[in-house]
Amino acid sequence: MKYKTIIGLEIHVELMTNTKIFCSCTNEFGGEINTHTCPVCLGLPGAMPVLNKAVLEYGIKSGIAFNSKIANNTKMDRKNYFYPDLVKGYQISQDEEPLCSGGYIEIELEDGVKTIRLNRIHIEEDTGKSIHTEEGDSLLDYNRAGVPLIEIVTEPDMNTPEEARLFLEKLKSTLEYIEVSDCKMEEGSLRCDININVMDTETGERTNITELKNLNSFRAAVKAMEYEEERHRKLLSQGENTVKETRRWDEIENKTITMREKGEAADFRYVVDGDFLPIIIEEEWIEEIKKNLPELPHDKKARLIREYNIPEYDAGVLTQSRELADFFEKTVEFSKDANQVSNWIMGDVLRRLNDAGLEIKDLKFGPKELADLIELVNEGKISNNIGKKVLRDMFETGKTPETIVKEKGLIQISDAGELEEVINKVLLENQQSIVDYRSGKDRALGFLVGQVMKATRGKANPQMVNKMLKEKLEEE
Amino acid sequence: MKNLDITKLTAREMREKLLSKEISSREIVSQHLDLIEKKEKDINAFISINKEEALIEGDKIDKKIKNGEKIGPLAGIPIGIKDNIITKNIKTTCGSKMLENFIPPYDATVIEKIKAADGIIIGKNNMDEFAMGSTTENSFFGPTRNPIDLERVPGGSSGGSAAGVGAYEMALALGSDTGGSIRQPASFCGLVGIRPTYGLVSRYGLVALANSLDQIGVIARNVEDATLLLETIIGHDKKDSTSIYMKNKDLLEKLNDNIKGIKIAIPKEFSNVEMDNGIEDIIKNSIKIFEKLGANIEEVSMPHFKYSLATYNILSNAEASSSLSRFDGIRYGYRTKEHSTLDELYMNTRGEAFGKEVKRRILEGTYYLNRNNREKYYNRALKLRTLIIEDFEKVYGKYDIILSPVSPVLPFKMGEDKNYLTNIFTVPVSLAGLPALSIPAGYVEGLPVGIQLIGDKFEELKLLNVALAFERDLALGGEADEI
Repeated sequence: MKYKTIIGLEIHVELMTNTKIFCSCTNEFGGEINTHTCPVCLGLPGAMPVLNKAVLEYGIKSGIAFNSKIANNTKMDRKNYFYPDLVKGYQISQDEEPLCSGGYIEIELEDGVKTIRLNRIHIEEDTGKSIHTEEGDSLLDYNRAGVPLIEIVTEPDMNTPEEARLFLEKLKSTLEYIEVSDCKMEEGSLRCDININVMDTETGERTNITELKNLNSFRAAVKAMEYEEERHRKLLSQGENTVKETRRWDEIENKTITMREKGEAADFRYVVDGDFLPIIIEEEWIEEIKKNLPELPHDKKARLIREYNIPEYDAGVLTQSRELADFFEKTVEFSKDANQVSNWIMGDVLRRLNDAGLEIKDLKFGPKELADLIELVNEGKISNNIGKKVLRDMFETGKTPETIVKEKGLIQISDAGELEEVINKVLLENQQSIVDYRSGKDRALGFLVGQVMKATRGKANPQMVNKMLKEKLEEE
Repeated sequence: MKNLDITKLTAREMREKLLSKEISSREIVSQHLDLIEKKEKDINAFISINKEEALIEGDKIDKKIKNGEKIGPLAGIPIGIKDNIITKNIKTTCGSKMLENFIPPYDATVIEKIKAADGIIIGKNNMDEFAMGSTTENSFFGPTRNPIDLERVPGGSSGGSAAGVGAYEMALALGSDTGGSIRQPASFCGLVGIRPTYGLVSRYGLVALANSLDQIGVIARNVEDATLLLETIIGHDKKDSTSIYMKNKDLLEKLNDNIKGIKIAIPKEFSNVEMDNGIEDIIKNSIKIFEKLGANIEEVSMPHFKYSLATYNILSNAEASSSLSRFDGIRYGYRTKEHSTLDELYMNTRGEAFGKEVKRRILEGTYYLNRNNREKYYNRALKLRTLIIEDFEKVYGKYDIILSPVSPVLPFKMGEDKNYLTNIFTVPVSLAGLPALSIPAGYVEGLPVGIQLIGDKFEELKLLNVALAFERDLALGGEADEI
């Protein structure tokens, strides 16, 4: 490959603590404009920030999950710049001594595992939001001011947009697993800035780095990276270079657009924030957090393969979210047949969720109900196909499978006498098929089975119908 | 009681007479308000006078007394508040056009404490803009004058608090001290001024100048009055991460003047500083008094003293450049009328509303934090600060108190620029976060001169005992000359 793409990410994640980072205002998303505020998060003169311990804990949790080194001594600094959404003229962040240093996330590529190194994770406060009206006014909502963030900075270790996507997926699922963030890109609780450029591996020439911002989904991120990758390559191949700048993704135009040129890197004139004492993190506390950390996706996947003997691919899908894995494990508790459970979840359950744009937690039925459904199929009370229809009803109505089966009269007909009656009737009505079958056309059997199923509205036990029909066709 | 000039009483006398029902709280408040009205055109110690509210509060205390309810330790005592301490519903300007009409929606922790102790907020005191200065000349609301000599500055930046107490406009005052802003004006006005250990008094609600150095403290006409107010405002505050628990809070009860055997150190480097005539004699005389009182006095060395001013200037200006960024015209305070872009809004707002000294210091601080200068200035100043702290720690391994002048210059005439020199003895204490006080030690050419006593961290009681013994021996307390 002549061209090598180089991608590094900076991800801001809003933490799910109850209160904001430096005051006791609620950390709930939304709310009526400028109601989740107080003198501290409005940065009024004289008001002082007090660090929320939970923010440190969430930061440490993330650091442990991503194999970072947790600092025993850290501090808060001021990053100085002017912007209307920034109430103090500085953002309280961390400069030289971040809470977590280093670390890595492993992603699975077709040709094996790739390690993406992290540079650091630090804690900081979010800013307010500017709202620009059609009349040209700028309004400010400070509900978000002081919402706790972690900023995760990677090394430039990703070489394709797909690698970056896999990294982000892994990052997101891990943060959700350890209940640090809900990672909703559409609500801005996970925001990703991308640094991308391209190198000509033969000449060693590189394009200037483009920073991509305002990406509100992974899909948009991938599209933007693909667009940029192409743009950089083209310029490089023409002997030109990119401008060092920040660009945003335009969803409608399907392209990136210049936001601002980056001349000399901004000077934030970092200064120690004297409103805080130095932060000391005891090793015991780190150990305690480590001990209470839930199983991480990577470990969970390995355990599911080991414990339930399901294929690696299945385990990968099932551990994409903690809720999904939990749902799987609880269903197995009731049903015992892990492979069946996996098949049902991976198949119809996820398909329906995806089609409806829902998540596992939105399901109207629980693991017990799914297990009951599987049991009905396994016991032969309903056929597999009927089972799928029952699942559809469960999905829509939330009724138990028993209720649906009873209400719709879907119990499978496995009574030989009853089936024989239907079979005889079908044979009588389809003499040509009997001739066909006997002249060697096996297809005719399938047709006849279909007719029996049709006559019983799908309730006939298909194995029995098959067997009985064959016997009848061959005996005469 | 007729014909009693309540304003001349000490705060503790006011309290006694109030409890014995010789005087009412309303009388205390109204006599002070009358005096304020009379003197303000000369002194200009106040930016806002809390007249109506103070009278209402005074009546409330009289009612409490009448009903036999318990009253707080500061009941009825008029207290002036430096105008950089946030007061709910009372304009808090920091002496700046920027906050000319700023009415805060909350109280500083110290104000909550004073209110809980039934103290009366009599008004908000003038100050150098954003506490930047040593003369109270840099105020948008005009300069404050020294009650001892109206031609002269009262010192600063807490000049309004000091001049007001000195002029008997109130018995007590809160000031703030970043590099000497309580101790120096106390010295210039012949008063007691205490800067407590960093963290002992909550800074929540103190508009920051340099938050690693800022500290709220008290100004009074004698040690016991100062102790009374100090005792009320100390204590841990969960709203200030840098505030600290202190065990021995009952300072007034434990206060005594027996200082036999106390060890006092005098750094030899201090004598290298050029001083106005007469100040050295005051120090020599003070040493004699301490020796008479049974103290042991020895010379010590503080090798990094000479870096104090430079270190202080870099750190305080660097921090101030950041602390004052919030005044941008967006949410509150002054906003320029001349702007068509966001940058213009910022530049014109700050350009029009900040005074010259504030702009100078912001520029200086910004320069020190600039990426290219940070290592050379800011980071080196941080290191020097550690060395200066270590100098003090070495002394306190062997000694109880360090003695020095407060200011190397006498209270000077308005318009004379001696700003830079006046804090040379006070800034090292600020850098080290130590408690220190200024106490009157005599007069030179009719002008008051204070000495500075510096204690080890949390040794406020020891410091106050030494000051009390000195005050009693000198018998200067409470008798600054009338104008």
